[in-house]
Amino acid sequence: MGIKTWLLATTFIVGAFSAAQAQIPVKLGVLNDRSGVYADLSGEGSVIAARLAAEDFKAAEKGINVDIISADHQNKPDVGSNIARQWYDRDGVDVILDVPTSSVALAVSQITREKNKVLIASGPGATELTGKQCSPNTIHWTYDTYSLGKGTGSAVVAQGGDTWYFLTADYAFGHALERDTAEVVKNAGGKVLGQVKHPFPGGDFSSFLLQAQASNAKVIGLANAGGDTINAIKQASEFGIVAGGQTLAGLLVFLSEVHALGLEAAQGLVLTEAFYWDQNDGTREWSERFAAQHGGKKPTMVHAGVYSGTLHYLKGVEATKSKDPEKVLQWMRDNPSEDPLFGKGEVRVDGRHVHDMYLFKVKAPGDSKGPWDYYEQLAVIPAADAFRPLDGEACNLVK
Amino acid sequence: MFELLGVSPQVLFGQLLLGLINGSFYAVLSLGLAIIFGLLNIINFAHGAQYMMGAFVAWMLLQYAGVGYWWSLLIAPLVVGATGIVIERLFLSRLQNVDHLYGLLLTFGLALIIQGVFRNEYGVSGLPYGIPRELAGGNNLGFMFLPNYRAWVVVAALAVCIVTWLVIERTRLGAYLRAATENATLVGAFGINVPMLVTLTYGFGVALAGFAGVLAAPIYAVNPNMGADLIIVVFAVVVIGGMGSILGSIVTGFALGIVEGLTKVFYPEASSTVIFVIMILVLLVKPAGLFGRAA
Amino acid sequence: MTTQDIAASGTAAGEPIDTVARGNSRLYGALFIALIVGLLIAPHLLYPVFLMKVLCFALFAAALNLLLGYGGLLSFGHAAYFGFASYVSAHAAKVWGLTPELAILAGTATAVVLGLIFGALAIRRQGIYFAMITLALAQLIYFVSLQSAFTGGEDGIQGVPRGNLFGVIPLTDDRTLYYVVAAIFLFGFLLIFRIIHSPFGQVLRAIRDNEPRAISLGYRTTQYKLAVFVLSAGLAGLAGGTKAIVFQLASLTDVHWTMSGEVVLMTLVGGMGTIFGPIVGSVIVVSMQNYLASFGAWVPIIQGIVFVVCVMLFREGIIGVLSRWVKRPL
Repeated sequence: MGIKTWLLATTFIVGAFSAAQAQIPVKLGVLNDRSGVYADLSGEGSVIAARLAAEDFKAAEKGINVDIISADHQNKPDVGSNIARQWYDRDGVDVILDVPTSSVALAVSQITREKNKVLIASGPGATELTGKQCSPNTIHWTYDTYSLGKGTGSAVVAQGGDTWYFLTADYAFGHALERDTAEVVKNAGGKVLGQVKHPFPGGDFSSFLLQAQASNAKVIGLANAGGDTINAIKQASEFGIVAGGQTLAGLLVFLSEVHALGLEAAQGLVLTEAFYWDQNDGTREWSERFAAQHGGKKPTMVHAGVYSGTLHYLKGVEATKSKDPEKVLQWMRDNPSEDPLFGKGEVRVDGRHVHDMYLFKVKAPGDSKGPWDYYEQLAVIPAADAFRPLDGEACNLVK
Repeated sequence: MFELLGVSPQVLFGQLLLGLINGSFYAVLSLGLAIIFGLLNIINFAHGAQYMMGAFVAWMLLQYAGVGYWWSLLIAPLVVGATGIVIERLFLSRLQNVDHLYGLLLTFGLALIIQGVFRNEYGVSGLPYGIPRELAGGNNLGFMFLPNYRAWVVVAALAVCIVTWLVIERTRLGAYLRAATENATLVGAFGINVPMLVTLTYGFGVALAGFAGVLAAPIYAVNPNMGADLIIVVFAVVVIGGMGSILGSIVTGFALGIVEGLTKVFYPEASSTVIFVIMILVLLVKPAGLFGRAA
Repeated sequence: MTTQDIAASGTAAGEPIDTVARGNSRLYGALFIALIVGLLIAPHLLYPVFLMKVLCFALFAAALNLLLGYGGLLSFGHAAYFGFASYVSAHAAKVWGLTPELAILAGTATAVVLGLIFGALAIRRQGIYFAMITLALAQLIYFVSLQSAFTGGEDGIQGVPRGNLFGVIPLTDDRTLYYVVAAIFLFGFLLIFRIIHSPFGQVLRAIRDNEPRAISLGYRTTQYKLAVFVLSAGLAGLAGGTKAIVFQLASLTDVHWTMSGEVVLMTLVGGMGTIFGPIVGSVIVVSMQNYLASFGAWVPIIQGIVFVVCVMLFREGIIGVLSRWVKRPL
């Protein structure tokens, strides 16, 4: 063997070795609802969003090999936790993304902590995730019920809607949403005239809407979600409630649901979101690419949150040159996040990602330029005000 | 001015009327179930899915063919009824000689398939379907604002129920039907095509579900899951009424709608459970149901 | 209303009874040994958490089968006992701090009480009415679970500690817990086997096949039916309580009527009125859910198709067919 071949072989080995060292394989698991009530606002769109994040980050060029898998948790905590365990234990998943449905998210958060991995939750709304059940391994990215109630509550009162009546879904989630929002309304100088609890799922809301109408409150707060909210809004329009001068305030409404309602029924609805596709050039450009891959449907804030969270995570992997959850999570908390969709933000010690939120009003059919042109922006709720303040009593990670 | 438990008569009248409107849906749906049960002896678990199909067919007619509400009210039940006939021919007719519980299981499976397919195709957020222009707006009745469309729902449902009842009680076809319910073999011996009668009956019962679906489309979200939970309430309605008479299922449907409406005023938290509680009470007192014949 | 053909594949006719009995007990002995060996080997080959899920559902399905296959009563609301017991067990373990075995017992006891009340109501009617009543009563439990404070509404009860068995043996390790679950399953399964082959079980089958005749023979059929209902509900509760400890959570999924449908599907696929059918059925249905999870929305459709296929072509279920081939009740 000549010296030349020896040298060549050595370089090759060293080269291969250093390349292997630089290649970090990262496996992302998008765990969400692909068949149930949240399939439209998360579902396949979240997988597309994660893929776009890996593309935009140019992960492959930076030596990060991103592999994305997905599964349907069917909104069942046991199915979700089973998949999460299996992903962590056997399939080598490093990060679980999205996870709408609070009950599933809370279960997955617990498993993520137990297995010391990373959960970036975009879909769920439960404040518990960064409260009593907060975890160093969980980042709650996009929104929570508090931020929606707070945004809508304070902004609506500021615009003169100072008397409220709540239509509340009769279970823990609805109660919490009503309680949080009512507090905000009172603090902002508004008054709560009453509330009616409707069964969940509701179906027919006419009776409750009439009670709300009779209260003569300026604002009817819908402390419910999904199909209930859609039905309530649809029937409110039938009973001429918005036409009669009362405002409907949706406390948990997504773009996909406004799309389902149609502007005729949804017009005039006031709601808070973390993202809307038509905010600036950055959001428009990204949303167009997203829609091209998603059958023309524009992204919801949950999709945008998956993108934004994945991007921040990949930056952390690049900076720390590892996928050690503790190191990457520390980096994610120490460094501000920034991307075209959410602008600037930061991850707090309790796992809450804070950023600006926006108050929107749904356009009247005449003002809309076409499909998906639904919102008119009323106000920006700055990051500092948008979320629940750090609370040492609720979350034991806060010192 | 008298007040009842702190509720003004205005509100009370309003709620009674709204209860009647909801009762319309219960009545049409339980009527369909009762007719099917009468002749086929099966509980049609797919009834909720077929109700959903009615709403979807109306939406599709509008979306893809530009056919409006009024024609949909006629066409959609026919389409849904036709699918029912196919189901009866393909599946149910082959289950005649086995335990009737298999019919329940079969239709349960069909419901899963139908709902799943629609969910795959159209998502779950629901689709918009507007109120027909002729019925937009409403009238102030003094005690409440009654949207015209809601008034129409009651009228339409009542009309369909009464016509159905008349056909069954007063026509020759209805007589065959009642006779076949009593003794199918004997009726067959008289030269009446009983299998055909069974098929058409199932188709008609299913068409009623489709009709209710079209009625519901403008006020409830057109959503693949819209019938899934409703059907269980209708089951309870059916147990309360007993399957003995066609009239019984209609009356029970409307009456329970009103009871539910009243609960929404006095104790809204219980409005989803009140029908089940009534069911328990009825079972304790009259196991065969209010209008049922003792088994 | 007859229920004869529901699982009528029970007896192998045409042989002298004692030969059949001896042959059967030898066969059962062999099958039970195979089952135990299988239970011991399985965690070394398959993911233990998955296996525990299968075992919980197998016990649940076996409990339903006791009522449906041997009592001829189709309950479409068994999720109530399964799910509510899992709430009670979860609550007992988390809030009261009971050891896992006591928590599971608490859940089982609740299911027994619930079964007693609902059973007394439901057995007033037969056949299809019975199915509808159990369904409606289960829906009532669903609403109660949704609204009462202790169940945590949509979030369910999360973070249930697995705890220490008898206060001594920690169950954090999946393998350890697996053997406990396997033991619970085996206990429930053998109990059902005993019930079926006891004089009580004989009477039950007589009622299933011809109730008027059983009445005329002097049996108080109502009491028998209620007893089997309560037993079935209690065993469903045992399964539900165990599941709460395994998955460390209790949620609305388990009280929803779709769960009642799923367990009927398991029994139907495996074979109603067969001893081993529910096990096979739950293995198939749970694996289907697990391995088809990436197909998302197709899972319920596939389940629906399986339902239809079973009802149309395959009413005896897998074990039912096998049982016909070997001419022995399995």
